[in-house]
Amino acid sequence: MGRQLKFNIFRYNPLDPESVPHMDTYRLEETDAMTLFIVLNRIREEQDPTLIFDFMCRAGICGSCAIMINGRPDLACHTKTKNLPEEITLLPLPVFKMIGDLSVDTGTWFRHMNERVQSWVHTDKVFDPNATEEPMRNELADEIYELERCIECGCCVAACGKANMLPSFMGAVAFNRVARFIMDPRDERKTNEYYEVVGSEEGIFGCLGLLGCEDVCPKDIPLQDQLGILRRKMGWAAVQHLFTKVFSKKK
Amino acid sequence: MDTFYSDLLCVGAGLAGERVAVAAAAQGFESICLSIVPPRRSHSSAAQGGMQASLANCIMGQGDCPDIHFADTVKGSDWGCDQECARMFAETAPIAVREMAFWGIPWNRVVAGKGIYYKAGKEYEKVELKEKEHLITARDFGGTAKWRTCYTSDGTGHTLMVTMDNEVVRLGVKVHDRVEAIALLHDGATCFGVIARCLKTGKLRAYVAKATLIATGGYGRIYRETTNAVINDGSGAMIALDTGVVPLGNMEAVQFHPTGIVPTNILVTEGCRGDGGTLKDVNGERFMHIYEPGKQELASRDVVSRWMTHHMRIGKGVKSPYGDHLWLDIRHLGEKHIKTKLREVEEICNEFLDVDPITQMIPVRPCQHYSMGGIRTNKDGAAYGLKGLYSAGEAACWDMHGFNRLGGNSLAETIVAGRIVGEKIVEFLQGCDATIKTDIIAETAKKEQDRIDRIVKSKDGKENVYEVRNGIQDALMDGVGIFRNGPDLQKAVDQLSVMYERAQKVGLRSASLGANPELGFALKVKGYARLALCVAYGALMRTESRGAHTREDHPERNDRDWLKRTLAYWKSDADTMPTLEYEANSTVWEMPPGERGYGVSKIIPTEDPAVIGANPKK
Repeated sequence: MGRQLKFNIFRYNPLDPESVPHMDTYRLEETDAMTLFIVLNRIREEQDPTLIFDFMCRAGICGSCAIMINGRPDLACHTKTKNLPEEITLLPLPVFKMIGDLSVDTGTWFRHMNERVQSWVHTDKVFDPNATEEPMRNELADEIYELERCIECGCCVAACGKANMLPSFMGAVAFNRVARFIMDPRDERKTNEYYEVVGSEEGIFGCLGLLGCEDVCPKDIPLQDQLGILRRKMGWAAVQHLFTKVFSKKK
Repeated sequence: MDTFYSDLLCVGAGLAGERVAVAAAAQGFESICLSIVPPRRSHSSAAQGGMQASLANCIMGQGDCPDIHFADTVKGSDWGCDQECARMFAETAPIAVREMAFWGIPWNRVVAGKGIYYKAGKEYEKVELKEKEHLITARDFGGTAKWRTCYTSDGTGHTLMVTMDNEVVRLGVKVHDRVEAIALLHDGATCFGVIARCLKTGKLRAYVAKATLIATGGYGRIYRETTNAVINDGSGAMIALDTGVVPLGNMEAVQFHPTGIVPTNILVTEGCRGDGGTLKDVNGERFMHIYEPGKQELASRDVVSRWMTHHMRIGKGVKSPYGDHLWLDIRHLGEKHIKTKLREVEEICNEFLDVDPITQMIPVRPCQHYSMGGIRTNKDGAAYGLKGLYSAGEAACWDMHGFNRLGGNSLAETIVAGRIVGEKIVEFLQGCDATIKTDIIAETAKKEQDRIDRIVKSKDGKENVYEVRNGIQDALMDGVGIFRNGPDLQKAVDQLSVMYERAQKVGLRSASLGANPELGFALKVKGYARLALCVAYGALMRTESRGAHTREDHPERNDRDWLKRTLAYWKSDADTMPTLEYEANSTVWEMPPGERGYGVSKIIPTEDPAVIGANPKK
């Protein structure tokens, strides 16, 4: 017989005027290779059909199922119960707008983020269907892919001290995205244009350097390195910015 | 009720849906995408291995061209595809790959000089050309004559999805996420949008559009064991079928992928075998070379899945608490290769199996993976039966895959068909006058609200939605799998008929306000049963074996009688079975039926001059 697991799950339905935030308790016997994907679906199908949560790929690829698991943000689908104690507390991610129970609105947040950092290749060129592709070193393609692996799950945002205090803070996910485009020669933006995007307190200069983001990233993206590089680059851009200002005033 | 107006409405914001929206938005047409999930979470993002296009940059792809890609695709389909679509597809794929590069995909590139590669477990050397250095490279995949599958490590679907959604953001295309279409708005001749349900609030909305595209992916979740994401339940096909006038094509054509992991059925990419990984049995011995001396592990998916199942049936499977399985061995590819080209595979094995693929073999067995069938469209992507309705990607039966899709051709289809259908929709929109039939909007919305109320109040019965779903899945798993036969298929149809009855009597156990997950599922369970009946009944009536449709009682490919596509209709809401009709599966026969070059072929030939005499150059 497996362990008797106790799950304390946050419950709140904002659409129901009588609903108040509270914790509900469910019990399940642990089975072989049990994940929180199995747990939550079993609870919904066998015990409580009202429980709201999100899953999609159930393979750690799509980023839908990030929740707080015993105080730490992670993907529920790849979290095995055997690595957890008998009592497990599940909460929705902070920072994001609540939809219900464990489900939060990451879609709106990330669309806004992508608009804010202008997450696309900026170029004056026009695609020519008859032309051979522009060459790129394979090592560079690998380096871009390393950062492109972000699945926008929201774990880094949930674990960010600054994002929890300042809702408009862009977060590591945005900095990583900017770093990805700075690295890409197809993107013709100049340093000062990136500075316009992230050179502020809501941007890279607001980062407290706590690096919770790096600790919790389920894809192990090297956020610490990218934040460091971006901060230095934008720091220099700020100095240049200042010089240009002073210089133009003198004129 | 909130009503939204646009020129184009894309139901589904995966790769195909967003590519079509981008095509329309780039021409200044107002486009809205509906998506059950935030768009980047669409199942397109889970495609790992790559996208086929005959760029011919890498040395093992030298001499490749659209002609060879076309021929591989037709053979792969077991001559079940529409050859005109396959030709358009093969010609457009290289352009589509380069366009994605232009938009930002970090495709892996050719590295000049000596390198090693593995085939059938043995090491070989290759020398990449200096003049092709830094151009887009490709890897080997099943059923192809050349290395043609372009990739970004094994996260190709992910990078494509991110980059496509970047274009959507750049062009300002609106995406309404967590919204599910539950009925098409139509008058029997023209489609003009959908009634949808907001999955945040549970409220109904009307979306009115001049053109409506269904790009909701496949219907794999009607099977219990599938690699598909939980949202791939064919919801788009359901609402098309419900119209009574739009047919679903070849629903019995269901692909089983050789390498789902055991027990969770998560996919590990065909790229594992493409890069030289091997399949092994209980004795740790390879076996594919016995059955397929030519292509071995890299025969088409239908063929490899059949031989694996056969090998387990003769007692060579590995026993486990989750049933028999076989092994996928990629250890010899080495740590560096696995950590750069097969990263997702490594992660999936570590996290879901506690297996380290660098030092251990991976437990695999064939598992439902892809829906060749879907909403039948013409070559422009226009659905049969309703003007203004389109479909693209896995949701559609455009039909370049016929009875078996090649690995790497699904990602390619989303981008290529999205591009082609997008252009055709732009032409349609340019000449389109909209007439809004407000009475039909009100009528359809009322009908859907009534349906919701009846389920919520359990007016038709108290059947448990999850039990009904389980019954549907069991019937398909037992009777409509890799090997099929008349009696088992008949049994499946009978069981599904019972489940269809029960599906109409579902009632909720919960009454929570808002989206209510149980209600969301209950609204679809009747559609589940209808799709499953289309699959099972289509398979029962098709008395031949072609591609992934394997009849033990009809082992021959019957070109004389079955060079045709099944069209399944649900003509009246009162019907209890689909109505099947048939059409020629191709009007153009550039490549007459022949041997595939892999798989056992017993062929009953056709003597139709329209088929065999059409192509003098062969």
